[in-house]
Parts: sequence; C-alpha cells; structure tokens
Amino acid sequence: MSALSLRRVRDALPLLPFLAVVVVFLLIPTVTVIVNAFVDDGGFSLARIEALFSPTALSALGKSVLLSGSTALIGAVFGAVLAWLVIDSPPESMLRRAVLSVCSVLAQFGGVALAFAFLATVGLNGVLTLWVQHLFGFNLAGSGWLYSVSGLILVYTYFQIPLMVIVFVPALEGLRDQWREAAFSLGASRWQYFREVAVPLLTPAFLGSALLLFANAFAAYATAAALVSQGSPIVPLLIRAALTSEMVLGQSGFAYALALEMIVVVAVVMIAYNALVRRTARWLR
Amino acid sequence: MTTPGVAVELVELTRVYGTVKALDGLSLRIEPGELVALLGPSGCGKTTALRILAGLDEATSGAVKVDGKDISGVPANKRDMGMVFQAYSLFPHLTVLDNVAFGLKMRRKAKADRLSRAKEMLELVGLSEHSHKYASELSGGQQQRVALARALAIQPRVLLLDEPLSALDAKVRTQLRDQIRRVQLEVGITTLFVTHDQEEALAVADRVGVMNRGRLEQLAAPAELYANPATPFVAEFVGLNNKVAARVSGGTADVLGTVVPTLPGSVASGEGLAMVRPESVTVTADPAGSARVSSVAFLGPTSRVYVTLPDGEVIGAQLTSVAARAFAPGDPVTVGVDADGVLVVPS
Amino acid sequence: MSRRLLRGAAWLGFGLFFLFPLYAMADFSTRNLLAGGRTLRAWANLVVDDALYQAIVVSLALSALTVIAMLVLLVPTLIWVRLRAPWAKGLVEFLCLLPLTIPALVIVVGLRNVYLWVTYFLGESALTLTFVYIVVVLPFAYRALDAALAAIDLRTLAEAARSLGAGWTTTILRVVVPNIWPGILSAAFISIAVVLGEYTIASLSGYQTLQVEIVAIGKSDGPTSVAASLAVLVFGFALLLALSLATRGRRRRLTTGVTE
Repeated sequence: MSALSLRRVRDALPLLPFLAVVVVFLLIPTVTVIVNAFVDDGGFSLARIEALFSPTALSALGKSVLLSGSTALIGAVFGAVLAWLVIDSPPESMLRRAVLSVCSVLAQFGGVALAFAFLATVGLNGVLTLWVQHLFGFNLAGSGWLYSVSGLILVYTYFQIPLMVIVFVPALEGLRDQWREAAFSLGASRWQYFREVAVPLLTPAFLGSALLLFANAFAAYATAAALVSQGSPIVPLLIRAALTSEMVLGQSGFAYALALEMIVVVAVVMIAYNALVRRTARWLR
Repeated sequence: MTTPGVAVELVELTRVYGTVKALDGLSLRIEPGELVALLGPSGCGKTTALRILAGLDEATSGAVKVDGKDISGVPANKRDMGMVFQAYSLFPHLTVLDNVAFGLKMRRKAKADRLSRAKEMLELVGLSEHSHKYASELSGGQQQRVALARALAIQPRVLLLDEPLSALDAKVRTQLRDQIRRVQLEVGITTLFVTHDQEEALAVADRVGVMNRGRLEQLAAPAELYANPATPFVAEFVGLNNKVAARVSGGTADVLGTVVPTLPGSVASGEGLAMVRPESVTVTADPAGSARVSSVAFLGPTSRVYVTLPDGEVIGAQLTSVAARAFAPGDPVTVGVDADGVLVVPS
Repeated sequence: MSRRLLRGAAWLGFGLFFLFPLYAMADFSTRNLLAGGRTLRAWANLVVDDALYQAIVVSLALSALTVIAMLVLLVPTLIWVRLRAPWAKGLVEFLCLLPLTIPALVIVVGLRNVYLWVTYFLGESALTLTFVYIVVVLPFAYRALDAALAAIDLRTLAEAARSLGAGWTTTILRVVVPNIWPGILSAAFISIAVVLGEYTIASLSGYQTLQVEIVAIGKSDGPTSVAASLAVLVFGFALLLALSLATRGRRRRLTTGVTE
C-alpha cells in the first residue's frame, strides 16, 4: 500500500463509528428489503414481486398515488400562498417566527397528533360535528368519511401545506430585490414583473417542492395508521397488514415487496426532483 | 442615438426613517448631459437620494423635478430612467440579449425592433459575442456592462448608477469606469453616479457632490474640490492630508515655516491645524535642518517620504521616485509648504 | 389598500384552518360528557394513567439518549471530516441525507433481523430504539451542525488550540463546541421533537412509546389521547419557538465577535 492510501485509511478510522451506525441501521435494512423482495422460500423468486400486481396491491397503489398527488397539489398551491404571506412580514417579527415554528411542528413531528386533531374536530364527537349538528341538523361525520381516503386527503393537507411553507420560503427569499427594482426601473408593471421575472424564476422551485410533497405523502404512515384501524386502502397500511397479519400464507414476505415498491416510487420522485432543481437552484441562491 | 439631455433637480429632499434622518434637506441641480457623482461614506444618504430620484423610495418632504416637471408622484416604472445596480441585477433566467431587450419588451416594442436595438447596445459596450450567454457565465465586469446596456436600451432621460463598480476587482474597476464615462459622453445623457470611492468620483464626474450625514457639504468640479475643500470633512475625505500645527493671522497661516493664504472656512486667527496635501510638502536636504527623515515608501512612479518634525509629529511628502532616491532614514532635512491655499481647522 | 385587505383575509383563512383543530382538541379533551362543563380528567391522565405515564417517561428518556448519542457520534465525525478527511465530505453528506429518501416504513420492515441481534445483546427495552432514531434524526441534525461548522473558521480554531498543546478531546469540547452552540441547540431540539413524535418504527417494532400509547388509548379513551396529542404539539411548538429566539440572539453576537 502506498503512503497516501495508508494515510487515507488512518484518516478514515475515526469515521468508523458513524459509518457503522448508518450501515447497520439504515443500509442493511434497506438492502434486506430489496433482497428479500426477490426471495421466496430461500431461493430467488419473483413471487413476491408478482403479488404487487394483485388487485388489492394495485388498488392500494392507485389510492396512494391519488392521495399523494392531490395533497401535493393542494399543499403546493396553498403552501406557496402562505409562504408568500410569511416573507411579506418583517424578517424578525414574532408572527413570522411563530408561523414557521408551527409549520415545522405540523410538517415533521405531528403524525399521530394530527389524526387526533381532526378526530376532535370532524370525528363522530368532534367539536365542529356537534356544532353543525346543533345549528343545521346535519351530521358532518356521518358516513365515517374521515377514516377513508377522502378523510386522509383532508388530514394530510394539514401537514403538506406547512411542509411546502418550509421548503418554499427559502426559494421566495432567494428572489432578490434587485430583480424587482430593475424590472420596475425598466418600465415593468407589477403584473409584468410577476409574469416575466418572478414566475419563471420560481416555477422550478415550485414544481420541485410539489414533488417533495408527493414523496412525503406517499411515505407517510403515522397519521393514516392512527386514523384508519380497519382496512388497508393505501400502500403503507397494506404494509402494516402484511407485517401484523396472523395468516401464515407468506404475508410477511409480501411486506418486503411492498416496501421495495415504496423505495422505487420515492426514489423516482427524488431523482426527478434533483434533476429539476439542480440546474435552476443556482438562480435563487 | 444621442438623446437630448434633460436637467434634473432635487429640491430640499428629506428622508426620515423613524428617528434616523437619512437625508436632511438635499438640494442639487444636474445640468443636461452632465455627470454628477455623489460621494460620501456609507450612511451619508447618497444611495437614498438616488433611490428617491428613481422612485424606489419616497421622500418625507421635498420634490424631484425632471426637465422642469415635478415627478414626485410618478411611480418608478413610469419615470423613464435607466438604473444600474451594484450587483446581481441581471435576470438569471434570460440570456444577455433578452436582458438588454427587457425594457423594450415592457414597452411592447415589436420583437425585431427590440432585438436589433439590444444588439446595438451590446455593441456599444463591446459585448456582442456574448449575447446568447447567461449572467452566470459572465465575469462581474461583463455583467455590469450588460446592465449598462440594458439601462440605456430604453433611451431613458436620466441614467442612475448605484455604486456600479464597488463589487468589482480593482483593475476591472478602472477599466470599466473609463468605459462608463465614454459611453455616457457619447450618448450625452444626464447621469447621477453614486460611489464611496473618491478616486472614482474625481475621475469620471463633471462635478462631484460630497455628502455627509444626509447633507451636501460641497458641490464642485473635481479639481476645485481637491484644491479648495470647503469644509474639514471634504478636505479629509477627498485625497490624503497631513495635519500640521499652524498659526493664523490676517488671512494667512504660518505652516512649517512658510506663509500660505488660508482658504474660506478656515480658523480666523490663532492656533489651528493646517490640512496639507503630501504633494504640497517640500523636502530639502539640509545638514542644519531640524527635521529628520523617518522612512521612505516606494509606490512606483512616486514615493512617500515620511519626516519627523521637531515636535514629534510625522508628516508624509510625495515626491517623484527619482527625487526621493536622495533621501534615507535619519537624514536631516528642512520641510516647507508649496500650495496656493490651505484650509486650517481648529485644533 | 385592497392588497392589504386580501392579505388580511388570507391570514384569517389560514389562521382558522390551522388553529381551529387545535382549539377543537382543547375543547374535546376538557369536555365533561356526563355533567356538562369542563373537566381536566383527561389531562390528569397524563400523570395518573400508569401506562401513559410510563410511555411518556420512556419517550423522554429515548429523546435524551438519542440527542446525546447523536451529538457524540456526529459532532466529532463532522469536525474530523472538515479537518482531516475532506474527501469524505460528499459521502458523509449523502449518508446523512439518505434517511430523507428512505421511508421509516421501509427501514422498519428491513429492521427485524438487525434488531434480533440488538435485543439479544441489549435486552428488550424500548431504549434500544435509540440506534434507529439516530438514523432518523440524522438529516435534521446534520443540516443544523453542518451550517454551524461552516459559519466558523474551524481550521484556524483547531490549529490554534492544537498548537497551544490541546488534545483532540479538549479541542472539540472546549474550543469548537462553545462556538457552534446554535447548531448544537438546533440539532438537539429538533431531534427531541422528532423522537417524541415518532410512531412508525416504534409501533411496528412493538415498543410502547408515547405515540404508540396514544394510539392504543385512543380506541377507548378519546379525550386522553387528544389531550396527550395536544400536549406534544404544544411542547414541540414551544421547543422550536424557543430555539428560534435563542439562535437569533446568538447568531448576532457571534458575527459581531468575528467582524468587529
């Protein structure tokens, strides 16, 4: 071994603890999933992958895509509006700090709590349900829609919009004042500035953020698990069923295939996100 | 291509932010086709004045007149002024050509017309081969030239430059400032140039306005400003100065053994500090001299000879390097002053 | 004028949408269904109900452990990468951000074999979740710590300390760490919030953490679950708001030290 590579090895040694933790608790589980998706009864087999094309699995995939796509769209649009409202406030104001803190909590740490928030609002005994019942005689929670995909769409927006705010605010902040002032001094009206400068510059960041929202919703588990106790309409819940199933018919193996499917979808979306954002992120640095 | 210049007038402009007075009654008239530089340290209000003129900021009181008409209520996008910012003002998603043509697009000019005019402007600043590049592919100096072309493409009545060279390297700065001046003279446009660099201001302007704390201290041609500073601040800010003890009586000052007329604004009589430029200090070898050379700094074409006076003060004299070769640290010398006038400030 | 009206209306709309469910939680969890009026029974359960209380303690202990483990693991590693192994920066960054693209659900599915070994060596306690949680908080912690390290002149500080005779431990603990407090605080607070809110891995691995218990109780005792959920949300909000206020002051102080 040359002196350089010997030194490299010596310099790499302190990194071992970190690498060990990441390999054992992140990479090995991931590889386990990928490998086990192609295994059945100890040998290479596509049986588990084939199960992904069963009606149940395809239906779950379709609903997951619907849920993720719709909440990504709603979250992106409303989140962008809220993000604009936030940066319109003075930079160090309490309002801005409070809003960004709330967004952080709801977007990233609130999974189960959000389910209960909506149970308390539009569940069978929810505050809003009871008010509406009292005022209009109409049972808002009647069909139990909160525990189906439509309910999930509503609850998911509660963390998708805040996530959009967190991800999009930096892009809005990257829109330099000089561009707006230069556009005005060159004769642009507010609308012209918006259409010719702001929108083209923000569109890649906006689309990229929407993709991020899609991946986030697709991979989300806690909220759905807390709301939906019966049935598995979406992929994450199907995984739960496969893992906790008492049936012996290779159901737990099915979980591997489903997890692989999840990795693939999220990976594809993240690759698209990178391709979109890489070129144009420079503009808004 | 030459637009007839218009006169610009700032009338008693005041701008207050909370308790801070950024501008305190600034009045200034720029003649048609003239380039006036506003010079001063950061916070003196020069950029505030420029932005009020551009319409990007509103004065608390006072008026802005262009060609005799009061435009104080006119929004920024209707003022017909071209502006060059300090940095990062080119639209990153447009090519150089589209950047330059942007103002014309806002005025709804036909595509063929605006592209041909944009090309003309790029030729004026010497960047024709770069028309299809993006801002990130250009150097800082090139970007500013494109910004200049973009500002001039709309044939504005007034050109505004907000510290356009401050973000650039020293060498690029000198080249670009000469180019900006050349273009400005060729086009004949009334121009306001804001900077904190006094060398820049003196080099490009027809007249220089020195500002301090929101007020205009002196407005004069560069040579006049340099030779006859009206206030101590101007004398300090523009060019280098020695401060030498002097005694004033009857319109003259006794400085370093020489009698020199005092400039208006000086102390009327008694002790004071005379502001003497290094190039006005004379150094003569004199074995009986009471002053000593302390060090000689070689600066290329000129050198600075530092001399310690009998009272302990050190002053710097500027000599040609050839003349400076005669002196070495420790040499006894006599110093004097060779100037038409000197400003004496209170001690 | 109309712009301000529009903005006010928009703020109102968002305010209602986001704050109403929180109000509903407060109302729901204090409702006295039998006698009408208010009761704090559900909230008292946070301490009184043994299973819930245990779960709270476990989760708090888990977050403390995770924060300590994460800091002990990540801070020296990131410092080392910057000073001695810059060629590894890309790899470390990639690995730290990888958990963002690998869903927790996937990790827990593939975790079974690994945890068979872990429980074999370390027992059945929920605290063994610390290892996985380090990985889960990695992206957040990395961003905070990396930003803080980038803001100081690490090389000069470390070389100065070492040239004055300090060993690596002293250098890290007494020279670098005091200068990256905002980043450490940020990483710690965010990690606490993540661990307290984590449900996926804990529930599918069969451990009784706070979130798991909340869901379990939710089937039979709605108000208590809602109370606990609201408590977690408010706590998380308070943490992050405090962090936002704390780092603002510090950031200003740090820069004045360096540039003036």
